[in-house]
Amino acid sequence: MESTTATVKPQFSEAAKAEIARLFEHYPAERRKSALLPILHIAQAEFGGWVSPEVQDLVAETIGILPIEVYEVSSFYTMFNLKPVGQHVLEICRTGPCMLRGSDELTAQLERLTGAKVGETSPDGLFTLKEVECLAACGTAPIVQVREKYYEQLDTPEAVDAMLNELRNLVHRPLLPWEQTGLAHSQQ
Amino acid sequence: MGRKLLTEHINVPGIDTFEVYRKHGGYRSVEKALKTMTPDEVVEEVKKSGLRGRGGAGFPTGLKWSFLAKPEGVPRHLVCNADESEPGTFKDRQLMSKLPHLLIEGMITSSYALGANTSYIYIRGELLYVLRILEKAIAEAYANGFLGKNILGSGYDLDLHVHPGGGAYICGEETALLESLEGKRGNPRNKPPFPAVQGLYARPTVVNNVESIAAVVPIVNDGGDEYAKIGVGKSTGTKLISACGHLNKPGIYEIELGVPVEEFIYSDEYCGGIWKGRDLKAVVAGGSSVPILPKELILKTAAGENRLMTYESLSDGGFVTGTMLGSGGFIAMDETTCIVRNTWSFSRFYHHESCGQCSPCREGTGWLEKVLHRLEHGHGHMHDIDLLVSVAKQIEGNTICPLGEAAAWPVAAAVRHFRHEFEWHVTNPKEATRPGAYFSAKAALV
Repeated sequence: MESTTATVKPQFSEAAKAEIARLFEHYPAERRKSALLPILHIAQAEFGGWVSPEVQDLVAETIGILPIEVYEVSSFYTMFNLKPVGQHVLEICRTGPCMLRGSDELTAQLERLTGAKVGETSPDGLFTLKEVECLAACGTAPIVQVREKYYEQLDTPEAVDAMLNELRNLVHRPLLPWEQTGLAHSQQ
Repeated sequence: MGRKLLTEHINVPGIDTFEVYRKHGGYRSVEKALKTMTPDEVVEEVKKSGLRGRGGAGFPTGLKWSFLAKPEGVPRHLVCNADESEPGTFKDRQLMSKLPHLLIEGMITSSYALGANTSYIYIRGELLYVLRILEKAIAEAYANGFLGKNILGSGYDLDLHVHPGGGAYICGEETALLESLEGKRGNPRNKPPFPAVQGLYARPTVVNNVESIAAVVPIVNDGGDEYAKIGVGKSTGTKLISACGHLNKPGIYEIELGVPVEEFIYSDEYCGGIWKGRDLKAVVAGGSSVPILPKELILKTAAGENRLMTYESLSDGGFVTGTMLGSGGFIAMDETTCIVRNTWSFSRFYHHESCGQCSPCREGTGWLEKVLHRLEHGHGHMHDIDLLVSVAKQIEGNTICPLGEAAAWPVAAAVRHFRHEFEWHVTNPKEATRPGAYFSAKAALV
């Protein structure tokens, strides 16, 4: 998160710049704003899992739109974290179908194991717990999403432990989505 | 066993690669359409097939296509709605991650039919891993001449891009989706103008669900008439049902429309019955927005006929005793389920997902959530139950988009069919929150 302090203006990496250039080609030249959501995803992955006002200003500048056009969008969509987060954001599905298969118990278990309440980051800075709505994996409920990976059928203590251990052992750095090949697969 | 038009090869190893998909008959519909059919002939086959929108509304796809305006010199677009977010629905995620080329093939054939030269797949942001799978498959399709300039020497050009959302249920509503694709908040647009006239970038646009576009592949391959032979009446073809909740075998099932609901729930070919040897209490048959039905009404209509998995049979009896096929998100609840808690969970969802544009929805969904919360937590009053019905009624029909109805219907139906359980929560405030308390209390009375 050092890149988001007030004194240093954040900059996209060369890899991210290349990806952004590729994205711009998807839309008509006069409609570059269309690339806003994909670029916000890149920014969040690149700058520590959240988008600070400075990062959002960088996104605005990159596209050539007003900062307010970024703020109003980043605050509308739930995937963008507007405050600093831990190394791993555990997005726990709480909607009906997951609730039927034990998401309340799962949330309680994760709060106990990580030491963080929903909406908080654990004291060791590793885990932020976030409740989210339906993730379209109701057949393998209850589930948790961490970045691009779905952890499914977390209805046993063993499955939950396995997930947390896997995450504890990951090398922590702000990975770009397309660098996460080892992560980018569902368990299904 | 019913026919599998979409998922026949879903478990073939490597079917997500161009080579294996092609070996199993993939991309034939593109060859057939581009080499032997005019765009209008493709539209005609889709009309003949009777295909109805698989996202939930069930509007005839061919008819929707025929509304597309074609002003001279204005580009048109096909946008695939892959924003699957309706609670209980998880079919498109599976289809795209396992059979990415099926969607791409459907997009090419459909884009040709509509005369679109740039098409988009708008996928919900949570599914970035599926976006990577699709992008890899799209690159393969370009490399093999099925995308890009002059596809298969036909003179037809098509570029296809995948676009991620950012986490918003409302973007499954087609005009909100288009706003989102333009880089804005997902606020649904007032209609008219409809997307067919002014859609993406104010150009004529068709928005179709993933499964609808995938279904165009067998329709073009075998002909619309052949497709229409499957199913019952106006419910033609096959449908992906995503079954979840308290079932022995939750998962995705491709069914021929017309399978009896009872068979779908209990037969080993499908869901294999209710888990833990328990009895079925209720079903939400088409995603969280559709009315919940108690066991007796989901298995048989009010007239005592077997309920079938079709658009017509599930809606038999209207909202008094029926429901909807919707998106095919089939949520089963066992006898211990607390209907009040479940309804509260759904209302919390709609409150969270309301875009905030229309006051009846913005305020009303909050009221529903709050009143249900206090009922579930033992602080409710008898008049709260009628208050729920009244608020639901005032949301319904008073909003720009159908999220209002989606929020109102589940609450109204839960009170309609399970009023006694809401009343029990008022008269037994100390017990209200304990899971399964109502079930045990009822059992003790017998």
